[in-house]
Amino acid sequence: MQTVTRNQLVEKAKELLNNGTVTRVLGIKKGEFSYDLTPAVFTSAEELEKEFEFNGFAAANFSKYLVKLADGEGKILVFLKPCDSYSFNQLLTEHRFNRENVYAVGIECDGFADYKKIEEEFNDGIKSVEFNGEKIEVTTLYDGKKELAFADYMLERCKNCKTKKIAAFDELLTENSDETKNTRFEEVEKLEAMTPDERYAFWRNELSRCIRCNACRDVCPACTCEKCVFNNPDSGVENKAIQNSFEENMFHIIRAFHVAGRCTDCGECSRVCPQHIPLHLLNRKFIKDINSFYGEYQAGAEVGNRAPLVNYTKEDIEPKDAVGRGSEE
Amino acid sequence: MKKILKKNLQNLFAAISKETDLFLPVLNSAKNAEFKKWTEGTEYSEELNTVRSAKDFFFPQTENICDFKTSGKNIEIIENSELPENFAVFGVRACDLKSFEVLDNVFLSEPVDSFYKTRRENAVIFTMACNRPKETCFCHTFNINAADPKGDVECFEDETYVYLNPLTQKGKDLLNKVTSALEDETEEPVKKIKAEIEERLKNLPLYNLSAESFGSDKTEEFFNRKEWDELSEACLGCGTCTFVCPTCQCYDIKDFNTGHGVKRFRCWDSCMYSDFTKMSAGQPRTHQKERFRQRFMHKLVYYPTNNNGMFSCVGCGRCLKKCPISMNIVKVIKKLGGTANG
Amino acid sequence: MQVNEFKPKIVAFCCNWCSYAGADLAGNNRLNYPDNVKIIRVPCSCRVNPMFILRAFQRGADGVILCGCHPGDCHYTSGNYYTRRRMALLFSMLEYLGIEKERTRVEWVSAAEGAKFSATMNEFCEQVAALGENKRLEDLRCKQ
Repeated sequence: MQTVTRNQLVEKAKELLNNGTVTRVLGIKKGEFSYDLTPAVFTSAEELEKEFEFNGFAAANFSKYLVKLADGEGKILVFLKPCDSYSFNQLLTEHRFNRENVYAVGIECDGFADYKKIEEEFNDGIKSVEFNGEKIEVTTLYDGKKELAFADYMLERCKNCKTKKIAAFDELLTENSDETKNTRFEEVEKLEAMTPDERYAFWRNELSRCIRCNACRDVCPACTCEKCVFNNPDSGVENKAIQNSFEENMFHIIRAFHVAGRCTDCGECSRVCPQHIPLHLLNRKFIKDINSFYGEYQAGAEVGNRAPLVNYTKEDIEPKDAVGRGSEE
Repeated sequence: MKKILKKNLQNLFAAISKETDLFLPVLNSAKNAEFKKWTEGTEYSEELNTVRSAKDFFFPQTENICDFKTSGKNIEIIENSELPENFAVFGVRACDLKSFEVLDNVFLSEPVDSFYKTRRENAVIFTMACNRPKETCFCHTFNINAADPKGDVECFEDETYVYLNPLTQKGKDLLNKVTSALEDETEEPVKKIKAEIEERLKNLPLYNLSAESFGSDKTEEFFNRKEWDELSEACLGCGTCTFVCPTCQCYDIKDFNTGHGVKRFRCWDSCMYSDFTKMSAGQPRTHQKERFRQRFMHKLVYYPTNNNGMFSCVGCGRCLKKCPISMNIVKVIKKLGGTANG
Repeated sequence: MQVNEFKPKIVAFCCNWCSYAGADLAGNNRLNYPDNVKIIRVPCSCRVNPMFILRAFQRGADGVILCGCHPGDCHYTSGNYYTRRRMALLFSMLEYLGIEKERTRVEWVSAAEGAKFSATMNEFCEQVAALGENKRLEDLRCKQ
């Protein structure tokens, strides 16, 4: 359940629009149901009143949109959750948008709900979902009302939330927090503890579902190449559809590798995957390795940090000592 | 009309499998339904939508066309298409069945797509009526009746029985071979099921959605609408909607250099991609807005124009669930469709 | 046993300035290394991006080894330092996906180390031969 309310955000947005600080507001628009929220740009108080929405499903990371939107006329207001703020800094580090054109308001975050998990619970149509404190009230089409505990139906990334600290803002709407948690590598460790055969079987099962829709890549705030190798017929590795297990592995290894050291672990890739492949487990493996080989590093913690893969020390670990280290610890 | 106890469904599957390969929706480890080949112990899932629709059977995501081998100045063409023998698909929903009709108009009109045609002819489709349509279902908008699913054999279920009603010769032939697993039944129980479903459909939130204002020859009316900007602004340009869509039919033909020859294959393509229909002069639709508009104009205007007013959306609701930013055809219809939808 | 007869295909990416010269020296000194090691000369070990490694496997390699100048000796000052990080992460990822870690290796071989080149290749070949054919990162289309 979010402590920040929709009305708070709308009031703030209206205030900043009215006093001329910003000309546009990047927010979320209502959908047909409570869960189908779409990021959108608002330019007037009326629009905000009418269509702005913010609830327990408003998990989308806004930062990538700034690459496109920060070029417009006047400043754009963006609400940054902790996750978004790291992506925000990382994009600034890579000079992907102009900071001057953005007004960032930091908002605290208490985690978001995973619609898929709620849906699995019923095998039924879901009429509406209401967030009420620690509870989620679900009205189904055929089975009446059900109450669920919010904590059990959070997105994976929120359950293992790495930090509640907002890393970038011009203004804070709520308190900033230093709360951090270190549970996010548990799944990775479980995999590392398996035998290679088990790991191979695990990933085959997961990756073989991939339909190569590219949603994981296109939603990723770290994936901002103008032209991806996988879309470029001249690259020699372009592939529109997956032909076999090799291409599944290749796409997912390269996707994760290309954002290694730049991935802030915002979890959008896993959230949007239509096949529910736990893609974050690839990214987190890289993060965990980077932390253990080269020292703790959080991408996007500060603007201008040098990413681990474009950096080195003379004493770095040798690949032969590095490989498989996780599983031997 | 035949029937079988639900708990004995496995016997029916086993009997059909003896005659022909049988595919049915199964829950995978991520609890998504997907069509899988039945083998002993495979559990049928009542999930309404598989992630990839049943079009996969006739128009698979990738398929071989042929191989080339060169030696000197000669090119040898090697046929390597993998067309299935007879097969049956159980548990196809009314919306997916309708999507075959949409695809037929494309692949079976001249020049006929022989791969598609062979697969279509070799399949026996068992449909299943939707007892519990979901909030995202809007097949009614396109005059599809989830209570009357049609197909080669149409099936209905209540708590204890599955009822089977063969409608085509293909369906009758197959059911005749497995009669030992079935009992006879009158029309009565199915009438009751149908009435119940129809009542449920009326209570769906999208029941009254109307696509009336779209259709043949409306290109000029909709093409330059300013709402496209707003509708498409959040689109990521991924291919999720097109790949889960039962009626999207665009494909690309690609060559893969194996190092000792060339494999030519066909794969799904998506009009949302930046390299869709790229030619020497580039991609004709340079912005995401144009690509986005293409997809919905094709479903609601271009396709009806070429196919006697038939829409190429079947209201299955997959894109409503799967789009990463939750932009979908319902929102487009409501935004552009005018007064019909309040 | 069959395993002993199996001759693995090995792709060796060698940096132009050290390891490739090291291979030359091995030849001049009449030191043997297996003929199933196919050397690809690259300007610097840093030129090798992860896609090269994967593509080598796709095209039928059973093992891939990457050789460069010793850390500190890079012709371009720091190229191999980046290689070291990149390959540590990539190979660790391959291992995480269940691909045998013995199929990949990074070795620093200078222009003066003909003997090391030969010994490394012999050892790596044996190591890969013991694993048998690459199945987990193979692309059947590319098999003859």
